[in-house]
Amino acid sequence: MEWTSYLAPLSQGAWVTVQLTVYSTILGGLCAFVFGLGKLSHNPLLKGFSVAYIEIFRGTSLLVQLFWIYFALPIMGQAIGLDLRFPPVVAGVVALALNIGAYGAEVVRGAVQAVPKEQYEAATALNFTSRKRLWRITLPQAIPEMMPTFGNLAVQNLKDTALVSLISLGDLAFRAEQIRNFTQDSVTVYTLVLFMYFGMALVLTACMKLLERYVGRWRAAGR
Amino acid sequence: MFFGIEWDTSSQWAFAISIFPILLHGLVVTLQATVVGFFIALALGLVLAALKSAPTRIIRWPAKLVTEFIRDTPLLIQLFFLFYVLPEFGLTLPAFLTGALALGVQYSAYTSEVYRAGLEAVAKGQREAARALNLASSRTFTHIILPQAIPRIIPALGNYLVSIMKDVPVLSVVTVLEMLGVAKIIGDRTGGYLIPLSMVGGLYLVMTLIASFGVRYLDTHLPKRGLSLK
Repeated sequence: MEWTSYLAPLSQGAWVTVQLTVYSTILGGLCAFVFGLGKLSHNPLLKGFSVAYIEIFRGTSLLVQLFWIYFALPIMGQAIGLDLRFPPVVAGVVALALNIGAYGAEVVRGAVQAVPKEQYEAATALNFTSRKRLWRITLPQAIPEMMPTFGNLAVQNLKDTALVSLISLGDLAFRAEQIRNFTQDSVTVYTLVLFMYFGMALVLTACMKLLERYVGRWRAAGR
Repeated sequence: MFFGIEWDTSSQWAFAISIFPILLHGLVVTLQATVVGFFIALALGLVLAALKSAPTRIIRWPAKLVTEFIRDTPLLIQLFFLFYVLPEFGLTLPAFLTGALALGVQYSAYTSEVYRAGLEAVAKGQREAARALNLASSRTFTHIILPQAIPRIIPALGNYLVSIMKDVPVLSVVTVLEMLGVAKIIGDRTGGYLIPLSMVGGLYLVMTLIASFGVRYLDTHLPKRGLSLK
């Protein structure tokens, strides 16, 4: 079989990988902000919950989390009378998002803490409400600081999506395994797939660089 | 039954207690793969770092490209590549070694950056002072640069050791019986995934907590001004 005949099924898989990456990165970004700010909160309940979330998801392996959500959670749901059986797509996106969100939360916390203290003092002196201080002072300065690390995390997330093939989701890695089973042509298939992942990572890096430049403008005042 | 150990499904507690020694067998394999993978990553990373700082561009650029390629492609695919492609070139390794090699290759891209960043972080004045004192460049490297770079490099490498440990479960796809693979098989055979998978999560938490405590200890206790190599 010609190697070009692999391209159609592989690009189908690549499209699934792209969608998984986009959804889980956005959802993970959301988790990062919620729990990163939660860890800095003065509310002990919110803070405790955020710290527990971050420690659990950074402290265990992604594949353990994925299997736990896909295989173990339904059994727990049964015990408490809830239907927690998720289709592979949902389990995959949730696991990826929660995992990358925990790493992102630490980035958010670090960037927010790196905003100089004088900024807060000035905001207090100007009688800003705490919500306004967050939106107008903290985040516009902290978000540009987070972007380079977020770029790395997004690529990390793209690579991690390959693991969802193990819960039978038809992404690029899954298609590759199927074609290899069928044709035994492992050298061609896996070389192609490696380059496809590399290409996607380069595009993703470029997108994150653009986003970085866009939010970099927030740092300069004048709004 | 697994590894010659029976499980007891009479109650949940009995089940958890009976599978604990089975999981420990898997844990040992996980730790072995971590250590072997880490040492491969250390060695390969050193080679990559050396190539990336080579005097000619013909060596430097391909080395940088290879590092980027390794870093931007998933461990799972690299593992499959090594597992299926190496035998076609007549190199048949046991699954465990293939897995450790894949971990080593993936993380060599990271360790090579750690070496480079550690060496570059040594203040420029140190190099200049060594030259002013007429030290040979080999002596400058072993007596001036390296002792100051090592306290920065070791904690960063420690963090990657923890990352490698968290990536070992991927090896289960090529039939390495590490901890998660073992738990999955117990789940498949008994239908009870909840207890073994939760126990694996708990054991991972314990291991990473201990490891990150160790890394923090190294970070604070290594002499910041330089580690004497004598």
